[in-house]
Amino acid sequence: MGLYGAAFGAAGVTAGFSIIQTCLLSLLLFSGASQFAVVGIMGAGGSAVSAIATATLLGFRNALYGLQMAPILKVKGIKRILAAQITIDESTAVATLQENDTDRKRGFYATGIGVYVFWNMFTFLGALGASAIGNPSVWGLDAAVPAAFCGLVWPRLKNKTHFIVSAASISLALILTPLTPAGIPIITTVLLAVIFGWKK
Amino acid sequence: MSQIWIAVIGASFTAFLNKYFGHSVPEKWLDRPRFKRINTLVPIVLLSALVGVQTFADKKDLVIDQRLAGVGVALVALKFKAPFPVVVISAAITSAAIYNWF
Repeated sequence: MGLYGAAFGAAGVTAGFSIIQTCLLSLLLFSGASQFAVVGIMGAGGSAVSAIATATLLGFRNALYGLQMAPILKVKGIKRILAAQITIDESTAVATLQENDTDRKRGFYATGIGVYVFWNMFTFLGALGASAIGNPSVWGLDAAVPAAFCGLVWPRLKNKTHFIVSAASISLALILTPLTPAGIPIITTVLLAVIFGWKK
Repeated sequence: MSQIWIAVIGASFTAFLNKYFGHSVPEKWLDRPRFKRINTLVPIVLLSALVGVQTFADKKDLVIDQRLAGVGVALVALKFKAPFPVVVISAAITSAAIYNWF
C-alpha cells in the first residue's frame, strides 16, 4: 500500500499537479484507480470534464460496495459520511472475507482507516520525492504510470472475454488518439463495456 | 480556476457521491444483471485504454519508445504474480535504463 501511494504521489506531480493538488486527491477522492485516471488524463492534456467523467465511471464500483456494506454497517448521519469515504476495494474485500457481521464491520473499518492513513502519508512522500526530480523520463516515471494501470487492470481480467474487451479497448483508444482531444479516447471505450455487457 | 483544480474538486465530489449513493439507495436499484455485467467491464475498458494511451501516446502522435519496454517488463512481472510495487518499479527501472543509455 505504501509504495502504491508513493507511486500515485509521484505520478501526480509528474502530470503537472502541485503537491497540494496531488495530496487533496488522496484525501478527498480516495480511490486509487480514479486518482490515477485523473492525473493520467490531465497529464496527457485532457480536459477537466473528461477526467471527471472517467474517474466517476471508474468509481461507480464503490457505489456497489456501499450497497453491499450498508446492511452490515447500519450507520446514519456523519458516521455514514465517514463510512462512505472509506468504502473502497480493499475495505470491502477484507469485510467480505469475514465470517460474521461483527468481524465484517471490524475488518471494514480497520482496513479502510488503515489504508486511508498510509495512502495519504505515502502520497505526500511520493509527491515530495517526484517534485525534486527534473525530467521524469530519467527516472522511468513515464513508464511507471502505464505500468500502474497494468497492475490495476490485470486482476480484473478473469476470463477470455475480459482479455478480448481489454484488447479492443486499447485498440479503440489508440485509433482515436490522433483524431480526438486527449481524454476522449479513454472515455469513449465505455461504449465497448456497454456493447459487450449488454447480452449475456 | 485552472483545469487541474476543477478536475481535483469535481472528481473528488463525484467520487464521494458514488460512495454515499451506494450506502443510501435501496438494494434493488442497482441489483440488475445487465447493469452489473456492464459495471464489471467499465474498469477493464477504461484502465486498458489508459494503459494504451499512456504507453504509446505523445500528445496526439503514437510513438514507440522506452515506455513500451517498461510496460512489457510490467506485464511479465504481473504474469509471474509480482506485487504491485515490484511491477511499477521494474517498469520504471527498465524505462529509465533505456532512456539514459541510448
